[in-house]
Amino acid sequence: MSNSDLTAPQYNFTVVKQFTVMTVVWGIVGMLVGVIIAAQLAWPALNFDLPWLTYSRLRPLHTNIVIFAFGGSALFATSLYVVQRTCQTTLFAPKLAKFVFWGWQLVIIAAAITLPLGFTTTKEYAELEWPIDILIEIVWISYAIVFFGTIMTRQTSHIYVANWFYGAFILCITILHTVNSMEVPVSLWKSYSVYSGATDAMIQWWYGHNAVGFFLTAGFLGMMYYFIPKRAERPVYSYRLSIVHFWSLISLYMWAGPHHLHYTALPDWTQSLGMAFSLILLAPSWGGMINGIMTLSGAWEKLRDDPVIRFMVVALSFYGMSTFEGPMMAIKTVNALSHYTDWTVGHVHSGALGWVAMISIGATYCLIPWLWNTKEMYSLKLVNIHFWLATIGTVLYIASMWVAGITQGLMWRAINDDGTLTYTFVEALKATYPYYVIRWVGGLLFLSGMFFMAFNTWKTIRGASQTSTDAAAQPA
Amino acid sequence: MNEMSSFWSGWITFIALLNIFLCVWMLWWCQRKHDDDVPEGESMGHSFDGIEEFNNPLPRWWLGMFYAGIVFALLYLMLYPGLGAYKGALGWTAVNQWEREIQKADNRYDRIFEDYAKVSIEDLSKDPEAVKVGQRLFGNNCALCHGSDAHGAPGFPNLTDTDWLYGGDPETIKKTITFGRNGNMPTMAAAVGDTADIKNVAAHVLSLSGRKGSGDAEAGRAKFALCAACHGQDAKGNKMLGAPNLTDNVWLHGGDEASIIETITNGRSGAMPTFKDKLSEEKIHVLAAYVYSLNK
Repeated sequence: MSNSDLTAPQYNFTVVKQFTVMTVVWGIVGMLVGVIIAAQLAWPALNFDLPWLTYSRLRPLHTNIVIFAFGGSALFATSLYVVQRTCQTTLFAPKLAKFVFWGWQLVIIAAAITLPLGFTTTKEYAELEWPIDILIEIVWISYAIVFFGTIMTRQTSHIYVANWFYGAFILCITILHTVNSMEVPVSLWKSYSVYSGATDAMIQWWYGHNAVGFFLTAGFLGMMYYFIPKRAERPVYSYRLSIVHFWSLISLYMWAGPHHLHYTALPDWTQSLGMAFSLILLAPSWGGMINGIMTLSGAWEKLRDDPVIRFMVVALSFYGMSTFEGPMMAIKTVNALSHYTDWTVGHVHSGALGWVAMISIGATYCLIPWLWNTKEMYSLKLVNIHFWLATIGTVLYIASMWVAGITQGLMWRAINDDGTLTYTFVEALKATYPYYVIRWVGGLLFLSGMFFMAFNTWKTIRGASQTSTDAAAQPA
Repeated sequence: MNEMSSFWSGWITFIALLNIFLCVWMLWWCQRKHDDDVPEGESMGHSFDGIEEFNNPLPRWWLGMFYAGIVFALLYLMLYPGLGAYKGALGWTAVNQWEREIQKADNRYDRIFEDYAKVSIEDLSKDPEAVKVGQRLFGNNCALCHGSDAHGAPGFPNLTDTDWLYGGDPETIKKTITFGRNGNMPTMAAAVGDTADIKNVAAHVLSLSGRKGSGDAEAGRAKFALCAACHGQDAKGNKMLGAPNLTDNVWLHGGDEASIIETITNGRSGAMPTFKDKLSEEKIHVLAAYVYSLNK
């Protein structure tokens, strides 16, 4: 891929480069914390009786870092790259873009300090306390200004589909974060939600589910819509499909939150709507997968030769699988078995590892050579090793959690002839133990792949800077 | 639950159906041919950073899946509550489903427990089948605190050692399970005196089970009158109050010198929850038989 068109505008890639490097760094940190807490579930003594090492404090740290630091950095990097390239213009408000990078790093550092210390709002995926919430709000609005400002100053007549998805993601996260974080501070590190009871639960899961829908789905579909056709050098399969699945996806997602609260104090009508809309959502979700995979038709041989493409296609396959699994788990009778079990954890990770991480890793492997003007990554062989470690790791993780979750669900509901429960809770936990060990191994494999990525990234960037110094030192 | 106002009911119904309708309209619109369309399978003609887009039709099987989802959702919303205050054709609610399931379970299982309830706890504790049933109830209701082997944990009594705080006869066990217990040892620091006095009392308490503390047990004996109000002059406890026997070397909160000093200084409290709202009387009867059987 060449960036040296003479007519090309002067792009601003500083922030993109910074976020790209931090994607790799935060990926390692977040996954490392994940591997630690997976080990703690199998061997609880590993918290060493230190409060800040306990599962309860590290688990939100893991989710915050992998979603917002790793996934977030990948989204910032790719969106700010894609929006410039597809709008043929430089970044709007470059100083604000700089602030977005440093502000976001500050948010992550603040999370990494406060969560282990035990400061939490207790809202899942929104645990950070109010001062950090305010910082997130400021950084996020700055990001929106940079992104939409760039769109508005574009040199092209249309707006490319990737930018629709990035735009929807940025806009909706602003709304979700603002509404769900409404809280009354009582001290510097303690606040209470302004909502209460079932309303609070509903707002929380409207946020929680749409964080999945817009942060982890729409944002990464934006990534997919640029990097797959670009890497495969093929046109997008269907423009019409992208229109239909975009609008239906973003409108239907908003209803699906109540499926996290089946059989709770949430009113029946809300639960029914949540389930019905979750089922309709299957087709719009698959629209993105079809468009991505069919874009490769006519270029299938690339799947064999190019491990980077393979990362992205396997990502789409896991995306298709988890967006099929999601609506199924939203059906109340299925949910009655799956809810509160490790099946949910497996489902989340087939999306998080299989889709989000793999598409981010694929996109990052595209982006690094483009940004640092090298032909390819330092070693495609290492990319290939990374691919297999990631794929095997993901499969081990989700397969073990499926078995564990279904085992738990069935054991919890097993009843004797006298109506008493067949198994105690501890017996179900004991049955889960081997799967916790397998899951940990899966996570460890996935994490080890990230170290290959870090090494490869370092070598590529260092190689690039050496070549450019050499070139400068030797007059032609 | 509050009744929903007709405005909100209408609004919810309206936007839910509107969203579904707009999806259908969009599917229809994207499928049909438009005069200014580029031919199918060809590029739309715009290029973004070198990326072009084809004008391929929506895959048929995918359209089928989309419509099937919509049809299912509409049927579901006709049968079940969902569209605002509309109750659904089936009249289903989560509460009535739960009531039906409880009714079914009661019809099926009540007989078993009613039969057991006719037998005395004493006799029931000799019936291996009944004890097995009681053990399952114990595993899911009591084991969390008392342990799955009923050997207890610090602060939670061992139920197998024939040492009872409130009494171990069948009826008392049943009463404890039914209504729960609130154990409370008050803080005695102010009444006993300074730390040396407390150490002396602890030494006396240790001497009751034939052990020695670092304080002066004789001096402690004089102060023990303060404790005798609950634990008795002979320190053998009082089952009416749940005050433990201090002479049998069985300890709920630890029997080493430091634990005893802590108990005297800051007091202790423990709560056994009431189960009368969670388990039927017949089930508690069987459960009591199991606990009783542990002490033979």
